[in-house]
Amino acid sequence: MAKHLLRFGALGYLAVLLLAPVVMVTYRTFEHGLAPVLSALSSPEAQHAIYLSILVTAIVVPINVVFGLLAGVAIARGRMPAGRTVNLLVTLPFAMSPVVIGFALFALYGRGGWIGDWLALHGLQVLFSVPGLVLATAFVSLPFVVREVVPVLEEVGTDHEQAAATLGAGPAYTFWRITLPALRWALAYGVVLTAARALGEFGAVSIVSGNIVGRTQTLPLLVEERFRNFDGTGAYSAGFVLALISLFVVVAMTLLSRRKEHP
Amino acid sequence: MADAATLTARPGLRLPTARLGAALGPGVSLLYLCLIVALPVAALVQRAATPHFWAAITSPQAKSALELTLLMAVLAAAVNLAFGVLVAWVLVRDRFPGRNTVNAVIDLPFALPTIVAGLVLLSLYGPNSPVDVNVAQTRAAVLLAMLFVTLPFVVRAVQPVLLGLDREIEDAATCLGASGWQTFRLVIWPAIRPAAVVGGGLAFARALGEFGSIVLISGNIPFHTQVASVFISGQVESGDTSGAAATSVVLLAVALVVVGALDFYVRRAAKRRG
Repeated sequence: MAKHLLRFGALGYLAVLLLAPVVMVTYRTFEHGLAPVLSALSSPEAQHAIYLSILVTAIVVPINVVFGLLAGVAIARGRMPAGRTVNLLVTLPFAMSPVVIGFALFALYGRGGWIGDWLALHGLQVLFSVPGLVLATAFVSLPFVVREVVPVLEEVGTDHEQAAATLGAGPAYTFWRITLPALRWALAYGVVLTAARALGEFGAVSIVSGNIVGRTQTLPLLVEERFRNFDGTGAYSAGFVLALISLFVVVAMTLLSRRKEHP
Repeated sequence: MADAATLTARPGLRLPTARLGAALGPGVSLLYLCLIVALPVAALVQRAATPHFWAAITSPQAKSALELTLLMAVLAAAVNLAFGVLVAWVLVRDRFPGRNTVNAVIDLPFALPTIVAGLVLLSLYGPNSPVDVNVAQTRAAVLLAMLFVTLPFVVRAVQPVLLGLDREIEDAATCLGASGWQTFRLVIWPAIRPAAVVGGGLAFARALGEFGSIVLISGNIPFHTQVASVFISGQVESGDTSGAAATSVVLLAVALVVVGALDFYVRRAAKRRG
């Protein structure tokens, strides 16, 4: 009896908060059939938003993978003070509101910002253009790879690397053949999280993008703009694409976390 | 065995990643972090550091937004602390068809873009709600959005601890005549408390800064449903950057204090256990 009550409570909460709304959003998207959804998604604005979101993600993910590996090694293997400073700064994006992150970039690169005016004088536009979107996205998705890599580096220890070194392997070779293979599932998990966040980032991007339709409007920004302009189909169609991507992300997370635990 | 020691002592044969890490890791990653993270944050803090800082954060609208944000974030963290423990318990101890799917779905709020989370909630609990529950433009909408995005924190923190719990102690408690509730309060809760508190704290920090899921459903009504992040965004749009900077610094400071306190709490809990 008590068991069923607990089960009912937990599943009921999930149903009301999570499952029912997700089902409803799917229904709302296809309320008038498939044709309006396809036509909303094939509009030039939507096409450009999809392209821009993919472009930003494709730039940010490799950058954060390289940085994540370097920072991971610095935290797990480096000397204490440097490692702790890196660790502290890496955690910062998790503690900051996306809006505050966007505004911090604004304070640096915007009008009256530290280097914003100088950059503008030299014809370099960071805000309201792709570099600003990349910087904001790189900032918010910074911790994901590091967070996955550090525990694995700490767990596998240095025995195998030591063995490789005694057998004459150089640092690069050892990293490529010993360290990286041990990290592969954690790295894949980190990449999935980074890509998901990069595709879906809204708050930070909304401050730095200026939301110029067809130029700096990413897919999540399109959702908001369509919704505010009473274009329900446009908002729900773009939202549904993003929701579908997150569904794949959740599946990938589930499969990869099993791999991570039993490599 | 002496050979290994002498070998590692030779400079050419030091640990490769230690050497690579010592050479490249801290230097390059610190430089990158300074450029990407520290510099913008410093610019933000400098912009907030004006003589009007106090006036900016105590202006009626900023104060109201900050108070609402804190209150709702505390509520959201508390509700998800209770339900998070319950969900984790059911997922670990109960057996029912579809358990693996439910377990996977818990991560959906992490994977779903926040603006889509807002849209998802609006589709069921907004205008023309099919179940006739319209919370749009009320404070309940703010709480609902915060509950949605912070759902996974406590569940994911508590789940591994419950999995590792020794069930014999619970059986012993039952044998000695403890009721189900007593067993939970005196045996299980002390074991999962550190994880639950950390999950709740992270949920609070996340709810404090939440923006995307709230911006559409809250209606952004000053003194009523306007939270701090939405207030900041509006200030930036209207060009009042010193007010936005001051409020941003307050949000940042509160989040940092929470994260610092959690770190301290975890260290102390780990030390106690030995």
